Amino acid sequence: MQVEQIAVFLENKSGRLAEITSILAENDINIRALSVADTADFGILRLIVNDVTKAQAVLKKGGFTVSKTDVIAVAVPDRVGGLAEVLRAVTEGGYNVEYMYAYAHRADGSAVMIFRFDAMADAVAMLKDKGFALVSSREICAT
Amino acid sequence: MIGIDEMETLPRAGMESIQLQRLQTLVARVYDRVQPYREKMDRVGIKPAHIRSLADLRRLPFTTKDDLRDNYPYGLFTVPMDDVIRLHASSGTTGKPTVVGYTEADIQLWSSVMARCLAMADVHRGDLVHNAYGYGLFTGGLGAHYGIEALGATVIPVSGGNSKRQVTIMRDFGSTVLLSTPSYALNLADAMVDAGIDPAELKLRVGIHGAEPWSVHMRQEVERKLGLRAVDIYGLSEIIGPGVAMECLHSEHGMHILEDNFLPEIVDPNTMEPLPLGEEGELVFTTLTKEALPLIRYRTKDISRLTLEPCACGRTLIRMAKVSGRTDDMLIIRGVNVFPSQVEHVLMGIDGVEPHYQLEVSREGNMDVMAILVEVSERIFSGEIKVLERLSRSIQMEIKDMLGVSCKVRLVEPRSIQRSEGKAQRVIDRRTQ
Repeated sequence: MQVEQIAVFLENKSGRLAEITSILAENDINIRALSVADTADFGILRLIVNDVTKAQAVLKKGGFTVSKTDVIAVAVPDRVGGLAEVLRAVTEGGYNVEYMYAYAHRADGSAVMIFRFDAMADAVAMLKDKGFALVSSREICAT
Repeated sequence: MIGIDEMETLPRAGMESIQLQRLQTLVARVYDRVQPYREKMDRVGIKPAHIRSLADLRRLPFTTKDDLRDNYPYGLFTVPMDDVIRLHASSGTTGKPTVVGYTEADIQLWSSVMARCLAMADVHRGDLVHNAYGYGLFTGGLGAHYGIEALGATVIPVSGGNSKRQVTIMRDFGSTVLLSTPSYALNLADAMVDAGIDPAELKLRVGIHGAEPWSVHMRQEVERKLGLRAVDIYGLSEIIGPGVAMECLHSEHGMHILEDNFLPEIVDPNTMEPLPLGEEGELVFTTLTKEALPLIRYRTKDISRLTLEPCACGRTLIRMAKVSGRTDDMLIIRGVNVFPSQVEHVLMGIDGVEPHYQLEVSREGNMDVMAILVEVSERIFSGEIKVLERLSRSIQMEIKDMLGVSCKVRLVEPRSIQRSEGKAQRVIDRRTQ
């Protein structure tokens, strides 16, 4: 069973991610998972959304280069060595991982996004100031 | 042997009579031997016998880089290939280079005009001349080389690259004269600082810098950083290579043209009519003495002015002002001529690349950097980084192969390169002249 993913080409300039997410929001599209791969010169945003066809159409209309790819979503046992088990099977099968990214559900139904900013301390203060709940490493690591 | 050549102090009438005689011989020879020239002249109804004075020059058709391309590679040569002993090439406007050929007499002529140019900067026997122009198809390296030998000075044929080794050689060998592009001269100055070599330790006296445009500010910088006197030299491969015109040590007002061999005109680039002395326009040359590939009224696309004001050095040769621009879109990147059309030609040969691109030229430190902006279309976008990186690398390699110059490739989003109503703005040049 395969899942459709859309990929968007990103030039290295500020505001592009925000633009994509607002286009999706305006069109009532929910992002279920995402990852950004970047090089020194450009980036690629990969998204799993609830309406792939619509997302592709609206982003294209917004001037983005979009492509659609099939990926496989594998349920990983939530315990020590869970991911290792999956990857061992992949390796033994002779497959290479092109890329992978995480999609986490918490008990309360929310997802967790991990960010790194250029000015981390300032960003923490700003996010707290805006009323966002930050998840501590203890909470993430807690089983 | 060479100080001031007798050709360089002739009264005007004497020079003009030599020029006319040579022009008549030239026109008769190309009409007789080269079909494309004959056809062009027949089309406007002019015969060699019509050239009775220098003023009749304007009746002859122009020659352009396109004529060289249309007759690629040897179609405009006036001698059989058996008599051609050397070939050089420069950038053409598309995929094909412009090929130039030299007979034995042409190589002697080239050596002698280059030697006369060097003599204008007081280079003489006993000088150790560090020749950092590139050796190869480019005319700079070998053209200068033969001139230095003809002059009786000692040539150090270092060619370009490996700046660290160059500055060590300059110090250890005791180089007294430096030949390089002006930007490479500044690069060498930096390499000296890095290597802990004080320019005062060196014996450099004169720097001869051409093959790319440089400002007065850049001249001062070269002089200050290298502790030498920097002068300008002009040439282009179609005419002969370096050795067409040269600044003497007295001249602050332009370069002496070796007009006994290269007859200059300034024309209005729009009407193509010759302009009066002193007015700015496109520089046009007729080679009076070249054998293998003589060119009649060759449009250089360089913008300049001519003057006959006397020079303190005593030479009566006509002088041309430093080139102030181009009438076409040719760029000079680290001494290499680049036409946007060549880049386009390469890009169009790569599958999936859209015909929308832009060249951004800037200067990082002393080096020119050319970035090619290419839009990422859906045809080439699969969502995988390695595919885009492969595309970017293959563009860089093709450009390096075809144009001989390295570039950066910047992949950009579709429609981010400005579309203009008429002619697209292909080039953004951020170098401050």
